[in-house]
Amino acid sequence: MDYKELIARRVAQEFKDGDFVNLGIGIPTLVGNYIPAGVRVFFHSENGFTHIGPMPKNEDERDPELINASDQHVTILPGGAFFDSAVSFGIIRGGHLDATVLGALEVDEEGNLANWKIPGKKTVGIGGGMDLVAGAKRVIIAMEHTSKGVPKIVKKCQIPLTGVRCVDLIVTELAVIEITGRGLMLKEVAPGVTVDRVLAATDARLEIAPDLKTMTV
Amino acid sequence: MAKVISMAEAVDLIQDGMSIMVAGFWGVGTPEKLIDALVAKGTKNLTGIAISTALGEKGIGKLVKNRQFKKVIVSYIGRNPATMQQYEEGTLEIEFVPQGTLAERIRAGGFGLGGILTPTGVGTEIEQGKQRITVDGCDYLLEKPLRADVALLKAAKADLSGNLIYRRAARNTNPIMAAAAKVTIAVADEIVATGMIDPDDVMTPGIFVDYLVQG
Repeated sequence: MDYKELIARRVAQEFKDGDFVNLGIGIPTLVGNYIPAGVRVFFHSENGFTHIGPMPKNEDERDPELINASDQHVTILPGGAFFDSAVSFGIIRGGHLDATVLGALEVDEEGNLANWKIPGKKTVGIGGGMDLVAGAKRVIIAMEHTSKGVPKIVKKCQIPLTGVRCVDLIVTELAVIEITGRGLMLKEVAPGVTVDRVLAATDARLEIAPDLKTMTV
Repeated sequence: MAKVISMAEAVDLIQDGMSIMVAGFWGVGTPEKLIDALVAKGTKNLTGIAISTALGEKGIGKLVKNRQFKKVIVSYIGRNPATMQQYEEGTLEIEFVPQGTLAERIRAGGFGLGGILTPTGVGTEIEQGKQRITVDGCDYLLEKPLRADVALLKAAKADLSGNLIYRRAARNTNPIMAAAAKVTIAVADEIVATGMIDPDDVMTPGIFVDYLVQG
Protein backbone atom coordinates (compact mmCIF):
# COMPACT_ATOMS: atom_id res chain seq x y z
CA MET A 1 0.00 0.00 0.00
CA ASP A 2 1.44 3.40 -0.92
CA TYR A 3 1.60 6.14 1.69
CA LYS A 4 -1.25 8.14 0.16
CA GLU A 5 -3.59 5.17 0.37
CA LEU A 6 -2.52 4.53 3.97
CA ILE A 7 -3.35 8.12 4.94
CA ALA A 8 -6.66 8.09 3.05
CA ARG A 9 -7.72 4.74 4.57
CA ARG A 10 -6.97 5.96 8.10
CA VAL A 11 -8.84 9.26 7.63
CA ALA A 12 -11.82 7.36 6.23
CA GLN A 13 -12.24 5.66 9.63
CA GLU A 14 -12.96 9.02 11.28
CA PHE A 15 -16.54 9.37 10.06
CA LYS A 16 -19.77 8.09 11.48
CA ASP A 17 -22.84 7.00 9.61
CA GLY A 18 -24.70 9.97 8.15
CA ASP A 19 -21.84 12.48 8.29
CA PHE A 20 -21.60 15.33 5.77
CA VAL A 21 -17.98 15.88 4.72
CA ASN A 22 -16.04 18.17 2.37
CA LEU A 23 -12.80 16.83 0.91
CA GLY A 24 -9.99 19.07 -0.32
CA ILE A 25 -7.80 18.31 -3.31
CA GLY A 26 -4.88 15.84 -3.33
CA ILE A 27 -4.70 13.10 -0.69
CA PRO A 28 -8.01 14.28 0.88
CA THR A 29 -9.88 13.46 -2.35
CA LEU A 30 -8.73 9.82 -2.07
CA VAL A 31 -10.50 9.47 1.29
CA GLY A 32 -13.82 9.02 -0.50
CA ASN A 33 -12.57 5.73 -1.98
CA TYR A 34 -12.12 4.05 1.41
CA ILE A 35 -15.23 4.75 3.48
CA PRO A 36 -15.81 1.57 5.54
CA ALA A 37 -18.75 -0.66 4.60
CA GLY A 38 -21.90 0.17 6.54
CA VAL A 39 -20.98 3.84 6.99
CA ARG A 40 -22.82 6.31 4.77
CA VAL A 41 -20.91 9.55 4.28
CA PHE A 42 -22.35 12.34 2.13
CA PHE A 43 -19.87 14.57 0.36
CA HIS A 44 -20.42 18.29 -0.09
CA SER A 45 -19.13 20.09 -3.18
CA GLU A 46 -18.51 23.79 -2.59
CA ASN A 47 -19.63 24.74 -6.08
CA GLY A 48 -23.12 23.95 -4.87
CA PHE A 49 -24.46 20.50 -4.01
CA THR A 50 -24.40 17.59 -1.59
CA HIS A 51 -24.23 13.84 -2.25
CA ILE A 52 -21.40 13.81 -4.79
CA GLY A 53 -21.65 10.57 -6.74
CA PRO A 54 -19.06 8.60 -8.69
CA MET A 55 -17.53 9.89 -11.89
CA PRO A 56 -19.52 9.02 -15.02
CA LYS A 57 -18.45 5.72 -16.58
CA ASN A 58 -18.18 7.13 -20.08
CA GLU A 59 -18.49 10.28 -22.19
CA ASP A 60 -22.21 9.71 -22.81
CA GLU A 61 -23.05 9.83 -19.12
CA ARG A 62 -21.26 13.15 -18.66
CA ASP A 63 -23.46 16.10 -17.79
CA PRO A 64 -21.63 19.28 -18.88
CA GLU A 65 -23.24 21.20 -16.00
CA LEU A 66 -22.37 18.69 -13.28
CA ILE A 67 -18.80 19.09 -12.06
CA ASN A 68 -17.19 19.07 -8.63
CA ALA A 69 -15.14 21.95 -7.23
CA SER A 70 -12.03 20.57 -8.95
CA ASP A 71 -13.73 20.72 -12.38
CA GLN A 72 -14.10 16.95 -12.65
CA HIS A 73 -17.28 15.49 -14.10
CA VAL A 74 -19.20 13.71 -11.35
CA THR A 75 -22.74 12.53 -10.64
CA ILE A 76 -25.19 13.27 -7.83
CA LEU A 77 -26.64 10.53 -5.63
CA PRO A 78 -30.31 10.25 -4.62
CA GLY A 79 -30.97 12.55 -1.66
CA GLY A 80 -28.65 15.25 -2.95
CA ALA A 81 -29.55 18.86 -3.67
CA PHE A 82 -28.17 21.76 -5.68
CA PHE A 83 -27.87 25.26 -4.23
CA ASP A 84 -26.19 28.60 -4.83
CA SER A 85 -22.79 29.72 -3.56
CA ALA A 86 -24.19 31.65 -0.58
CA VAL A 87 -26.06 28.55 0.62
CA SER A 88 -23.03 26.36 -0.09
CA PHE A 89 -20.82 28.49 2.12
CA GLY A 90 -23.61 28.93 4.66
CA ILE A 91 -23.45 25.15 5.00
CA ILE A 92 -19.68 25.39 5.45
CA ARG A 93 -19.48 28.40 7.76
CA GLY A 94 -22.63 27.59 9.68
CA GLY A 95 -21.21 24.41 11.18
CA HIS A 96 -23.39 22.07 9.14
CA LEU A 97 -20.48 19.95 7.89
CA ASP A 98 -19.34 17.24 10.30
CA ALA A 99 -15.80 17.39 8.95
CA THR A 100 -13.48 18.70 6.30
CA VAL A 101 -10.30 16.97 5.17
CA LEU A 102 -7.55 19.23 3.82
CA GLY A 103 -3.87 19.20 3.02
CA ALA A 104 -1.33 21.44 4.75
CA LEU A 105 2.01 23.15 4.32
CA GLU A 106 2.41 23.62 8.08
CA VAL A 107 0.43 22.80 11.21
CA ASP A 108 1.57 23.93 14.65
CA GLU A 109 1.14 23.11 18.33
CA GLU A 110 -1.85 25.43 18.67
CA GLY A 111 -3.64 23.84 15.73
CA ASN A 112 -2.92 26.79 13.45
CA LEU A 113 -2.95 25.83 9.79
CA ALA A 114 -1.02 27.23 6.83
CA ASN A 115 -1.88 25.87 3.41
CA TRP A 116 -2.41 28.67 0.88
CA LYS A 117 0.66 30.82 0.49
CA ILE A 118 4.44 30.69 0.77
CA PRO A 119 6.08 34.14 1.06
CA GLY A 120 8.02 34.99 -2.08
CA LYS A 121 6.26 32.33 -4.10
CA LYS A 122 3.25 32.53 -6.37
CA THR A 123 -0.09 31.91 -4.72
CA VAL A 124 -3.05 30.63 -6.65
CA GLY A 125 -5.44 31.96 -4.06
CA ILE A 126 -7.59 30.84 -1.18
CA GLY A 127 -10.59 29.10 -2.73
CA GLY A 128 -12.88 27.77 -0.03
CA GLY A 129 -10.15 26.71 2.41
CA MET A 130 -10.43 29.59 4.89
CA ASP A 131 -14.20 29.14 5.11
CA LEU A 132 -13.90 25.37 5.58
CA VAL A 133 -11.49 25.65 8.51
CA ALA A 134 -13.57 28.42 10.07
CA GLY A 135 -16.80 26.48 9.91
CA ALA A 136 -16.55 22.69 9.73
CA LYS A 137 -17.12 20.88 13.03
CA ARG A 138 -13.87 18.94 12.65
CA VAL A 139 -10.81 19.86 10.60
CA ILE A 140 -8.72 16.82 9.67
CA ILE A 141 -5.37 17.33 7.97
CA ALA A 142 -4.26 14.55 5.62
CA MET A 143 -0.68 15.08 4.51
CA GLU A 144 2.84 13.75 4.22
CA HIS A 145 4.58 14.07 7.57
CA THR A 146 7.46 16.06 6.09
CA SER A 147 8.15 17.95 2.90
CA LYS A 148 11.29 16.31 1.46
CA GLY A 149 12.45 15.61 5.01
CA VAL A 150 11.58 19.06 6.41
CA PRO A 151 9.00 18.77 9.19
CA LYS A 152 5.55 20.21 8.43
CA ILE A 153 4.37 19.81 12.01
CA VAL A 154 6.06 22.70 13.81
CA LYS A 155 6.06 24.68 17.06
CA LYS A 156 4.73 27.80 15.38
CA CYS A 157 3.69 28.24 11.73
CA GLN A 158 6.12 30.50 9.87
CA ILE A 159 4.09 31.06 6.72
CA PRO A 160 0.77 32.89 6.28
CA LEU A 161 -2.11 31.20 8.09
CA THR A 162 -5.29 29.80 6.65
CA GLY A 163 -6.93 29.51 10.05
CA VAL A 164 -6.18 30.03 13.72
CA ARG A 165 -6.55 27.15 16.24
CA CYS A 166 -8.68 25.25 13.76
CA VAL A 167 -7.07 21.82 13.29
CA ASP A 168 -8.45 18.86 15.26
CA LEU A 169 -6.52 15.90 13.87
CA ILE A 170 -3.47 15.25 11.70
CA VAL A 171 -3.08 11.99 9.79
CA THR A 172 0.23 11.28 8.06
CA GLU A 173 2.01 8.20 6.71
CA LEU A 174 3.79 7.99 10.08
CA ALA A 175 1.25 8.93 12.71
CA VAL A 176 -2.13 10.11 13.93
CA ILE A 177 -1.81 13.24 16.03
CA GLU A 178 -4.59 14.99 17.92
CA ILE A 179 -4.61 18.69 18.76
CA THR A 180 -5.85 18.75 22.32
CA GLY A 181 -5.86 22.43 23.24
CA ARG A 182 -2.80 21.83 25.41
CA GLY A 183 -0.69 20.79 22.46
CA LEU A 184 -0.12 17.84 20.18
CA MET A 185 -0.75 14.27 21.28
CA LEU A 186 0.61 11.27 19.40
CA LYS A 187 -2.28 8.81 19.34
CA GLU A 188 -1.15 6.24 16.79
CA VAL A 189 1.95 5.23 14.87
CA ALA A 190 1.83 3.59 11.45
CA PRO A 191 2.70 -0.11 11.23
CA GLY A 192 6.49 -0.56 11.49
CA VAL A 193 7.07 3.06 12.56
CA THR A 194 8.72 3.78 15.91
CA VAL A 195 7.86 6.69 18.21
CA ASP A 196 11.44 7.92 17.80
CA ARG A 197 11.02 8.13 14.04
CA VAL A 198 7.86 10.22 14.46
CA LEU A 199 9.61 12.50 16.97
CA ALA A 200 12.59 12.93 14.62
CA ALA A 201 10.28 13.96 11.78
CA THR A 202 8.34 16.44 13.92
CA ASP A 203 9.55 19.92 14.91
CA ALA A 204 7.08 20.38 17.77
CA ARG A 205 6.50 19.08 21.28
CA LEU A 206 4.63 15.81 21.04
CA GLU A 207 2.98 14.27 24.06
CA ILE A 208 2.66 10.50 23.75
CA ALA A 209 -0.78 9.12 24.50
CA PRO A 210 -0.82 6.65 27.41
CA ASP A 211 -2.85 4.33 25.18
CA LEU A 212 -0.66 4.76 22.08
CA LYS A 213 -1.83 2.41 19.33
CA THR A 214 -0.62 1.11 16.01
CA MET A 215 -2.65 2.42 13.08
CA THR A 216 -4.96 -0.23 11.61
CA VAL A 217 -6.05 0.26 8.03
CA MET B 1 -40.81 42.50 -17.62
CA ALA B 2 -37.34 41.65 -18.87
CA LYS B 3 -36.42 42.91 -22.31
CA VAL B 4 -35.21 40.36 -24.84
CA ILE B 5 -32.18 41.72 -26.69
CA SER B 6 -29.59 40.40 -29.12
CA MET B 7 -26.09 39.30 -28.13
CA ALA B 8 -24.70 42.43 -29.84
CA GLU B 9 -27.05 44.69 -27.86
CA ALA B 10 -26.05 42.91 -24.66
CA VAL B 11 -22.36 43.47 -25.31
CA ASP B 12 -23.03 47.18 -25.99
CA LEU B 13 -24.36 47.52 -22.43
CA ILE B 14 -20.82 46.84 -21.19
CA GLN B 15 -18.53 49.86 -21.59
CA ASP B 16 -14.79 50.34 -21.08
CA GLY B 17 -13.93 50.76 -17.39
CA MET B 18 -17.06 49.11 -16.02
CA SER B 19 -17.21 46.50 -13.28
CA ILE B 20 -18.79 43.18 -14.24
CA MET B 21 -19.86 40.18 -12.22
CA VAL B 22 -19.42 36.95 -14.14
CA ALA B 23 -21.36 33.99 -12.79
CA GLY B 24 -19.96 30.48 -13.00
CA PHE B 25 -17.59 27.94 -11.49
CA TRP B 26 -14.95 26.61 -13.91
CA GLY B 27 -17.18 28.03 -16.62
CA VAL B 28 -20.24 26.03 -15.55
CA GLY B 29 -22.99 28.63 -15.11
CA THR B 30 -21.14 31.21 -17.23
CA PRO B 31 -22.82 32.69 -20.34
CA GLU B 32 -20.04 31.55 -22.69
CA LYS B 33 -21.54 33.09 -25.85
CA LEU B 34 -21.81 36.50 -24.19
CA ILE B 35 -18.19 36.19 -23.01
CA ASP B 36 -17.17 35.29 -26.58
CA ALA B 37 -18.99 38.36 -27.91
CA LEU B 38 -17.31 40.54 -25.28
CA VAL B 39 -13.92 39.10 -26.26
CA ALA B 40 -14.69 39.88 -29.92
CA LYS B 41 -15.63 43.47 -29.06
CA GLY B 42 -12.52 43.92 -26.90
CA THR B 43 -14.04 46.11 -24.18
CA LYS B 44 -11.14 47.21 -21.93
CA ASN B 45 -10.18 48.21 -18.39
CA LEU B 46 -12.90 46.11 -16.83
CA THR B 47 -13.05 45.07 -13.19
CA GLY B 48 -14.16 41.46 -12.90
CA ILE B 49 -15.84 39.83 -9.93
CA ALA B 50 -16.06 36.04 -10.04
CA ILE B 51 -15.29 32.86 -8.08
CA SER B 52 -12.05 32.35 -10.01
CA THR B 53 -10.45 33.33 -13.29
CA ALA B 54 -11.44 29.89 -14.62
CA LEU B 55 -9.42 28.60 -17.58
CA GLY B 56 -7.81 30.41 -20.49
CA GLU B 57 -10.30 28.78 -22.86
CA LYS B 58 -13.36 28.79 -20.63
CA GLY B 59 -15.62 31.20 -18.75
CA ILE B 60 -14.27 34.52 -17.50
CA GLY B 61 -10.78 33.20 -18.25
CA LYS B 62 -11.14 34.14 -21.91
CA LEU B 63 -11.50 37.82 -20.93
CA VAL B 64 -8.37 37.58 -18.78
CA LYS B 65 -6.43 35.96 -21.60
CA ASN B 66 -7.55 38.77 -23.94
CA ARG B 67 -6.28 41.36 -21.38
CA GLN B 68 -9.65 43.02 -20.86
CA PHE B 69 -9.38 43.37 -17.08
CA LYS B 70 -7.44 45.91 -15.03
CA LYS B 71 -8.54 44.20 -11.82
CA VAL B 72 -10.16 40.96 -10.74
CA ILE B 73 -11.78 40.20 -7.38
CA VAL B 74 -11.66 36.40 -7.05
CA SER B 75 -10.92 33.57 -4.65
CA TYR B 76 -8.64 31.57 -6.95
CA ILE B 77 -6.49 32.00 -10.07
CA GLY B 78 -4.94 28.54 -10.44
CA ARG B 79 -5.31 26.86 -13.86
CA ASN B 80 -5.31 30.16 -15.75
CA PRO B 81 -1.64 31.05 -16.33
CA ALA B 82 -2.64 34.33 -18.05
CA THR B 83 -3.84 35.71 -14.71
CA MET B 84 -0.51 35.04 -13.01
CA GLN B 85 1.45 36.33 -15.97
CA GLN B 86 -0.39 39.66 -16.11
CA TYR B 87 -0.22 39.97 -12.32
CA GLU B 88 3.56 39.55 -12.42
CA GLU B 89 3.86 42.05 -15.29
CA GLY B 90 1.93 44.53 -13.16
CA THR B 91 -0.85 44.93 -15.71
CA LEU B 92 -3.52 43.16 -13.64
CA GLU B 93 -4.50 43.84 -10.04
CA ILE B 94 -5.85 40.88 -8.05
CA GLU B 95 -7.90 41.08 -4.87
CA PHE B 96 -8.06 37.63 -3.27
CA VAL B 97 -11.21 37.00 -1.25
CA PRO B 98 -12.09 33.73 0.50
CA GLN B 99 -14.78 32.09 -1.60
CA GLY B 100 -17.53 32.14 1.03
CA THR B 101 -16.72 35.74 1.90
CA LEU B 102 -16.93 36.65 -1.79
CA ALA B 103 -20.39 35.06 -2.01
CA GLU B 104 -21.59 36.93 1.07
CA ARG B 105 -20.12 40.26 -0.08
CA ILE B 106 -22.03 39.89 -3.35
CA ARG B 107 -25.18 38.89 -1.49
CA ALA B 108 -24.78 41.90 0.83
CA GLY B 109 -24.35 44.14 -2.21
CA GLY B 110 -27.59 43.00 -3.72
CA PHE B 111 -29.64 42.85 -0.58
CA GLY B 112 -29.03 46.27 0.93
CA LEU B 113 -26.64 45.25 3.70
CA GLY B 114 -23.74 47.42 4.85
CA GLY B 115 -21.50 44.37 5.04
CA ILE B 116 -21.34 40.99 6.69
CA LEU B 117 -19.55 39.61 9.75
CA THR B 118 -17.65 36.39 9.08
CA PRO B 119 -15.27 34.28 11.18
CA THR B 120 -13.43 33.40 7.95
CA GLY B 121 -9.91 34.82 7.87
CA VAL B 122 -9.74 36.04 11.48
CA GLY B 123 -6.05 36.03 12.49
CA THR B 124 -4.81 35.64 8.91
CA GLU B 125 -3.44 38.23 6.50
CA ILE B 126 -6.95 38.55 5.03
CA GLU B 127 -7.71 40.52 8.20
CA GLN B 128 -5.29 43.33 7.27
CA GLY B 129 -7.06 46.66 6.93
CA LYS B 130 -10.38 45.25 8.14
CA GLN B 131 -12.32 45.85 11.28
CA ARG B 132 -12.56 42.96 13.76
CA ILE B 133 -15.84 42.92 15.64
CA THR B 134 -16.59 40.72 18.66
CA VAL B 135 -20.17 39.51 19.05
CA ASP B 136 -21.09 37.44 22.11
CA GLY B 137 -17.44 36.49 22.59
CA CYS B 138 -16.77 35.41 18.99
CA ASP B 139 -14.51 37.33 16.62
CA TYR B 140 -15.62 38.28 13.12
CA LEU B 141 -14.29 40.37 10.26
CA LEU B 142 -16.42 43.12 8.78
CA GLU B 143 -16.47 42.47 5.05
CA LYS B 144 -17.95 45.14 2.83
CA PRO B 145 -20.57 44.66 0.13
CA LEU B 146 -19.69 44.23 -3.53
CA ARG B 147 -21.72 45.65 -6.38
CA ALA B 148 -21.10 45.92 -10.09
CA ASP B 149 -22.28 47.83 -13.14
CA VAL B 150 -23.36 44.69 -14.97
CA ALA B 151 -23.98 41.05 -13.97
CA LEU B 152 -23.65 38.32 -16.61
CA LEU B 153 -25.75 35.26 -15.84
CA LYS B 154 -26.47 31.92 -17.48
CA ALA B 155 -29.84 30.24 -17.04
CA ALA B 156 -31.23 27.01 -18.43
CA LYS B 157 -34.68 28.53 -18.79
CA ALA B 158 -36.19 32.01 -18.52
CA ASP B 159 -39.68 33.38 -18.99
CA LEU B 160 -40.38 36.78 -20.51
CA SER B 161 -40.85 38.21 -17.01
CA GLY B 162 -37.19 37.43 -16.30
CA ASN B 163 -37.78 34.52 -13.94
CA LEU B 164 -34.86 32.11 -14.14
CA ILE B 165 -34.22 28.41 -13.64
CA TYR B 166 -30.72 26.92 -13.52
CA ARG B 167 -29.59 23.36 -14.07
CA ARG B 168 -27.36 21.23 -11.85
CA ALA B 169 -24.18 22.89 -10.58
CA ALA B 170 -24.66 25.87 -12.94
CA ARG B 171 -26.57 27.77 -10.24
CA ASN B 172 -23.51 28.74 -8.13
CA THR B 173 -23.12 32.57 -8.12
CA ASN B 174 -25.98 33.29 -10.55
CA PRO B 175 -28.74 33.98 -8.00
CA ILE B 176 -26.63 36.28 -5.82
CA MET B 177 -25.06 38.22 -8.71
CA ALA B 178 -28.54 38.72 -10.19
CA ALA B 179 -29.34 41.18 -7.41
CA ALA B 180 -25.99 42.91 -7.05
CA ALA B 181 -25.58 44.84 -10.32
CA LYS B 182 -27.14 47.98 -11.82
CA VAL B 183 -27.90 45.98 -14.97
CA THR B 184 -28.44 42.22 -15.00
CA ILE B 185 -28.25 40.28 -18.25
CA ALA B 186 -29.19 36.61 -18.34
CA VAL B 187 -28.37 34.38 -21.29
CA ALA B 188 -30.88 31.52 -21.35
CA ASP B 189 -30.83 28.25 -23.25
CA GLU B 190 -34.61 28.53 -23.56
CA ILE B 191 -36.92 31.55 -23.28
CA VAL B 192 -40.62 30.85 -22.72
CA ALA B 193 -43.76 32.98 -22.38
CA THR B 194 -44.72 34.51 -19.05
CA GLY B 195 -46.72 31.95 -17.10
CA MET B 196 -44.89 28.97 -18.54
CA ILE B 197 -42.66 28.68 -15.47
CA ASP B 198 -44.51 27.76 -12.29
CA PRO B 199 -43.81 30.45 -9.65
CA ASP B 200 -42.84 27.63 -7.26
CA ASP B 201 -40.02 26.59 -9.58
CA VAL B 202 -38.42 30.03 -10.00
CA MET B 203 -34.84 30.15 -8.68
CA THR B 204 -34.15 33.83 -9.45
CA PRO B 205 -37.20 36.11 -9.41
CA GLY B 206 -37.62 38.24 -12.53
CA ILE B 207 -37.50 41.45 -10.52
CA PHE B 208 -33.68 41.16 -10.55
CA VAL B 209 -33.33 40.57 -14.29
CA ASP B 210 -33.25 43.46 -16.80
CA TYR B 211 -32.33 41.76 -20.06
CA LEU B 212 -32.63 38.30 -21.57
CA VAL B 213 -30.58 36.96 -24.42
CA GLN B 214 -31.32 33.74 -26.26
CA GLY B 215 -28.25 31.52 -25.66
